[in-house]
Amino acid sequence: MRLKFFIPLLAFVVLAISLGVGLTLKPRDIPSALIGDPVPEFSLPGIPGHEDGLSTADFGNGEVVLVNVFASWCIPCRQEHPLFMELARTGGIKIYGLNQRDKVEDAVQWLATFGDPYDRVGSDLDGRAGIDWGVYGVPETFIVDGRGRIIYKHIGVVTRSVLDKEILPRMEQARRQAAETAETK
Amino acid sequence: MIPEIGYFALVLALVIAVAQGTIPLIGVQRGIDSWAAVARPAAVIQFVLVTIAFLALLQAFVVSDFSVMNVVANSHTNKPMLYKISGTWGSHEGSLVMWVLILSAFGAAVAVFGNNLPPALRTRVLAIQGLIAVGFLSFSVFLSNPFERVVPAPLDGRGLNPLLQDPGLAFHPPFLYLGYVGFSIAFSFAIAALIEGRVDPAWARWVRPWTLASWGFLTVGIALGSWWAYYELGWGGWWFWDPVENASFMPWLAGTALLHSSIVVEKRDTLKTWTILLAILTFSLSLLGTFIVRSGVLNSVHAFASDPARGIFILGFLVLVVGGSLTLFAIRAPALKGGGLFAPISREGALVLNNLLLISALATVLLGTLYPLFLDALTGEKVTVGPPFFNRTFVPLMVPLIAMMAVGPMLAWKRADLAGAMSRLKVAIAAVLIVVLATFYLSGNGPVLPLLGMALGAWLVVGALTELSGRLKLFRATARDSWNRAKNLPRSAYGTAMAHGGVGIVILGMTASLSWETEKLQVMRPGDSVDVGGYEFVFEGARNVPGPNYTALRGTFRVLRGGREITVMEPETRTYSVPPMQTTEAAIKPVRLADLYAVVGDPDGNGGYATRLYHKPLLNWLWIGALIMVAGAFVSLTDRRHRVGAPARRRRRAGAAAPAPAPAPQDA
Repeated sequence: MRLKFFIPLLAFVVLAISLGVGLTLKPRDIPSALIGDPVPEFSLPGIPGHEDGLSTADFGNGEVVLVNVFASWCIPCRQEHPLFMELARTGGIKIYGLNQRDKVEDAVQWLATFGDPYDRVGSDLDGRAGIDWGVYGVPETFIVDGRGRIIYKHIGVVTRSVLDKEILPRMEQARRQAAETAETK
Repeated sequence: MIPEIGYFALVLALVIAVAQGTIPLIGVQRGIDSWAAVARPAAVIQFVLVTIAFLALLQAFVVSDFSVMNVVANSHTNKPMLYKISGTWGSHEGSLVMWVLILSAFGAAVAVFGNNLPPALRTRVLAIQGLIAVGFLSFSVFLSNPFERVVPAPLDGRGLNPLLQDPGLAFHPPFLYLGYVGFSIAFSFAIAALIEGRVDPAWARWVRPWTLASWGFLTVGIALGSWWAYYELGWGGWWFWDPVENASFMPWLAGTALLHSSIVVEKRDTLKTWTILLAILTFSLSLLGTFIVRSGVLNSVHAFASDPARGIFILGFLVLVVGGSLTLFAIRAPALKGGGLFAPISREGALVLNNLLLISALATVLLGTLYPLFLDALTGEKVTVGPPFFNRTFVPLMVPLIAMMAVGPMLAWKRADLAGAMSRLKVAIAAVLIVVLATFYLSGNGPVLPLLGMALGAWLVVGALTELSGRLKLFRATARDSWNRAKNLPRSAYGTAMAHGGVGIVILGMTASLSWETEKLQVMRPGDSVDVGGYEFVFEGARNVPGPNYTALRGTFRVLRGGREITVMEPETRTYSVPPMQTTEAAIKPVRLADLYAVVGDPDGNGGYATRLYHKPLLNWLWIGALIMVAGAFVSLTDRRHRVGAPARRRRRAGAAAPAPAPAPQDA
């Protein structure tokens, strides 16, 4: 019996354990751990056209905002992008873009091609901020309420029905709550 | 009533599979012939039973029997018949039944046509097929019953995901499964060989046709999936490095390696343990693919609804099958005797390098697919790996592989003359120079990568042709002599040249379409025109058109070149009502050396429509190349030495001619 013949078995054992652990984690559920938490501490530089960048201080100023994680290499992002363009055109909703693991020039080019619905863009070159936000895949979309707490997260493409049934009602509700707390003060 | 018969047939098939997986194995080990004899009839009966179950499910879908939960969840009365039928395997439960159907069909084929196999080997192979079937059938019977009733029956179903209502995707899963499951035969042969402790050229010759057929089917399946993504997702892309795409690509890479290493076992009686390991690996990756798609450990657009109990079952099954077979490998493989030695520069050497590169490429894909999961399991950190990772790691590994692919078939076994092979490739070298210069002239001072891609593609295509013409002595012998050589050349030589040339054509298509595509995105009003890659697209407007179970927004483009109208393109955006969803149907028109691709999108409210127009040079070479690769596999399959029963028949003929029967020839 020679040891080198056990190498494939060992490799598989490592794989199987990871798969087993992965199974208990259930990636679809994990992000909800962030729901209700304040926006993580982060600060990102901007891109040409959005020099201000994006950081924790941009949240919690009484305004409900939508945060959209996007990348130029992400094909599904193109599918949802027209909806954000539409939101930007109708106005009244602030949209922040979190550009994930992209080259700055690619992101600029992409926004020039498909339109730029974002009020602010943070360039997350190494994906650090994305990890803090619990970004699992691109695209993802968050709602942050007026106090700077993440109240909702959508994984994957935002479709019209997700926008109309999940996102817009929640934003409206959050906005009403914000208005009420302002009144009681 | 019929669904109950179907379920009963599944349960019975499980019982038979248990018998098929245990009794013959004990019988052949202990030398009890009557026990060993159970294997063949059991395999046939199991196939009959699973066929009954499959037909019962098909019937429920065809007549829209909404008392069956699975039909309710995946069908609808006003869905076209083709998609009622494809709905049978469109769900998790139904696709499992199809998986088992193919598994049992292959098992029955070995039982019925396997007369030329040594009885002990055949019995063991069938028993192992039976054990695999036990796993899948119990999954189906206990955790994914496709025949579950719903009371009271709803009036109508919830409909099949519209993205799946497409001819390309209707036949994508069956081909994929034919490929995946076909590798189970190679796996069973490998396990049987480990139990027997013997691998010889005859073994490789028995395994080879199964591997070839599976590889061909898997290639068709992957190409269909890619083609579907191309015209249905509406962004002109055809490969996204999505976990589910990777799940089918990994067994393909391993299967390609297996295909090549088994040649070495067959011709040179060496690389045995490696080939056994590859057979185990290839089927394990097919199982892993199943795990990734169904368990929900990785998110993907294609994923079936996940259920933790199912995930645990599949993981357990995976551990049992892969862990068990690798343990057997670790214990028994050292006993397998190696064969002949060879110099590094030789056909064997080239095939070893081929295997190393393929497996490294496989490792990068595996890593990219599972890395997010690993990191999550170890540190709780979350990352995403996008196409940039795969492009940076996978492509550099493919370059030397493809460069070598043209040379490999020209090298002699044992010890080869590299300089001689290169001198035979001088036509290919000239072709590469011409292509590079022409590309450089046409595309100007562009990046280097497109040049490299075009050079490799041309190198491979011309190399494959050179190899073939060398074998035929074209232009060097008389036409008559060449014709005779062409008739006598083994079909596998044609198969190799076709498969390799096909890869070259695919690479040319990929490179050209990625490097020189023209993409125009704009809002167009009726009458507007846009120039795309030398073609003028005139937008005639868009109107609503009713479909069988959707309404389509159909745009009309007249396409002109040099002022002359060449075609009319009508892309659609379909809105389905059940379930509510939008799909894109791109209009694609192959023109000279390119694809024209048009998509019509949402209206902007002022009479304009968002449109996307593309000119993609050589894109259809991707599909043509893939077809040639598949044709190569099936031409190779008709090679005389693979024909079922051929050695036995030849032996009989030899026996009739000579008084002393000669042993079967080892090589054709």
